[in-house]
Amino acid sequence: MAASNSAVHLPDDDRVQQVWNRLAPVTDPELDESVTELGFVSAVEVHNADVRIQFHLPTYWCAANFAYMMSADMQNAVQALPWVSSVVVELQEHMYADTINRGIAASHSFQETFGDEASDELDTVRARFRRKAFQQRQELLLRYLIKQGHTQQALINMPMAELNALSASDAQGQKLLSRYREIRCEWGGDAAADKRAFVTVDGEVLSIDGFAHYLSELRSIRINTQFNGEICRGLLDARYGDQAARVNEVRVNFPVLERKQASLSD
Amino acid sequence: MYKTASGKEIFVVDGHTHFWDASNDNQSNVHGRQFIDCFYGYHSALSPPEELWPKEKFQKYSAQTMYNDLFVDGPDDMAIMQSTYLKDFYKKGFNTIERNHEMAKLDPDRFIVNGSFDPRDGEGALDYIRYMKETFDIQGIKLYTAEWRGDSKGWKLNDPSAYKCFELCDELGIRNIHVHKGPTIIPLNKDAFDVHDVDYAATDFQNLNFIVEHVGLPRLDDFCWIAVQESNVYGGLAVAMPFIHSRPRYFAEIMAELLFWVGEDKLLFASDYAIWTPQWLVDKFIDFELPEDIAAERGVSLTMDIKEKILGLNAAALYNIDVKKQKKKLSRPKVAEPV
Repeated sequence: MAASNSAVHLPDDDRVQQVWNRLAPVTDPELDESVTELGFVSAVEVHNADVRIQFHLPTYWCAANFAYMMSADMQNAVQALPWVSSVVVELQEHMYADTINRGIAASHSFQETFGDEASDELDTVRARFRRKAFQQRQELLLRYLIKQGHTQQALINMPMAELNALSASDAQGQKLLSRYREIRCEWGGDAAADKRAFVTVDGEVLSIDGFAHYLSELRSIRINTQFNGEICRGLLDARYGDQAARVNEVRVNFPVLERKQASLSD
Repeated sequence: MYKTASGKEIFVVDGHTHFWDASNDNQSNVHGRQFIDCFYGYHSALSPPEELWPKEKFQKYSAQTMYNDLFVDGPDDMAIMQSTYLKDFYKKGFNTIERNHEMAKLDPDRFIVNGSFDPRDGEGALDYIRYMKETFDIQGIKLYTAEWRGDSKGWKLNDPSAYKCFELCDELGIRNIHVHKGPTIIPLNKDAFDVHDVDYAATDFQNLNFIVEHVGLPRLDDFCWIAVQESNVYGGLAVAMPFIHSRPRYFAEIMAELLFWVGEDKLLFASDYAIWTPQWLVDKFIDFELPEDIAAERGVSLTMDIKEKILGLNAAALYNIDVKKQKKKLSRPKVAEPV
C-alpha cells in the first residue's frame, strides 16, 4: 500500500494537509493573493503517492494565461513534496478547461498549448504582475506606517535592517510587513541589511519632494488590482458560494488532528 | 427627475441600459449560458441584498418592468439603450437595435437607442450603419471589441476596417461612440479590452466622441492617461457605480482619480440596467462624500453641482438635449401599461 518511491510513510490525511500547505503560497498572479485563501482550490485527494487537485475560478471566462500559470504553479509546488509521484491538476468549468488540463498534464508550455492565440510567454506576464505586486504591497505598507506615525523622511531613509526589526501591534500590520519583506527580496535591487527598505521597483531611491506623487502613482496601480480582486471574490461567491464555504470550513475547522480524533472515536 | 432632500431637481440620464433576452430559449450554446451567468454574478456580488433579482427574471424581463425600474420607481429622466448583439451566443441576439427600438416605443422621448456594428463585416458593416441611420436615426453606437466571430476573438478600434466605419459615422453625424472597455472577459492573453486603441481612434476622429464604458476598469490608469491627452474621450461609470454600496472608500478612490485626470465635465452616470437598478445607485451617489484624505491627496471635490453634471448634464450635452425643453416635454404622465 505504501508508495513505492516513498521514504516517508504518512497517513493520507497528513498528506492531504501537506498538499494544502504547499498550495497556500501559490498566488493568483493578477490579484497577488493565495489561491487557497481566495477559495479557488475546491478539492484535494491523495491516493498513496498520487495527488489530484481540483480548482475553479470566478467565471467561465477568466483569463486563460493566469489559469495556466496557477495550474502549473500548483503542480510544481506539490510535486516538490518528497513522497509525491504524480500530480494531476484539474481546472473545472472554464472555457479552456480541457485544453489547459491537457497542456499541464503533458508539461507543455502555455505557448505550445495555445499556439498562435497566445501572444506572450508566461514569464513575461508573470514578471509584469510581480512588479505590480511589489508596488501595491509597498503602497499599503507605506500608508500603514505613515498612519502609525512614521514620517515620510524616516521611511525614505529606513534601512532593511530596521524594516526587518519592525513589528506591528495588529494582524493587518504583521501581514503587510511580511508580504512586503518577501517581495522586497525579489524586486527593488539589493536587499542587504544596510540597503534602503523603500525604493522603486527598479531600485531607485525615493526623494522627499516626489514622495506624495509617488504614493499617488502607486495608488492608481493598486486601484486596478483591487477592482479585479473585489470582482473575483464576489463572482466566485456568486458562482460557488455554498461550495467554497464548505471547503474552507473543512480546512479550518477540521484540521488533521481533529479529524484523526474524530475517526478514533467513530 | 430626482429631487434632493433640499428640493433641488436633478435631471438624470442613465448612460448605459439594456433590454436583453438571455432566456434559456434564446441561448445558442454553453457560452450563452455562461455569459448571462457571469452578468448575474456581477448583479449578485455588488447589489444590496434587498435589490437582488431571481435568476429567471434576470435572464428576461418585460418592457414594463424596465420602464418602471428606470422611470416610475427609479430616478431616470432618460435612458440610453446600448445594443449588444452576441449572435454567436444568442439565437436572436442579446439586445439588438430592433428589440431595443420596440422597447423605446413605450415612451420615445425618454429613450436614446444606440446601434452597433462589427467592422469584420466589411462592406456589410457600412451598409448596416446606413440602415440604422435611415431606419432609427441613431446618434450613437455601442461597440464591443471582444465579441467572438468564428475564429476571431475580437478586434481593435484602429483596425483599418473600423476606420472605414468611423469615417461613415462622421459623415452621417453619428457622433457618440460608446466602447465597452471593462472587466476582463478575454479568451487568452491578447487583451481584447485593452484601452490603447481608443487613443488612436480618438486622435484620428476629432469629430467623434469616444465614451469608454466601465472607465476602462481594471485599466483605469491607462484610461485616465488617454483621457488626459484626448479632449474627445469620456468615461462611462457603469460597473464602477455599485462599489458605492459594497466598497465606498474604494469607490471614492476611483472617483478621485477620475475627477483629477478626466474631469467633472467628461464623466457619465450609468446603472448598466438590468445588472443594477438606478434608484439605489442615485440615492447613494447624491449622499456620497469623498473622504477628506482621498479628496486632499488628489485636490478634488465632488459637490452637488458636479454630481448634477455626472448624473445627466454631461450626457445631455453629448446628445444635444436641451434640458429645460426636455423637462417640459417629459412632465406629462408616465406610461402605465405597455402599448
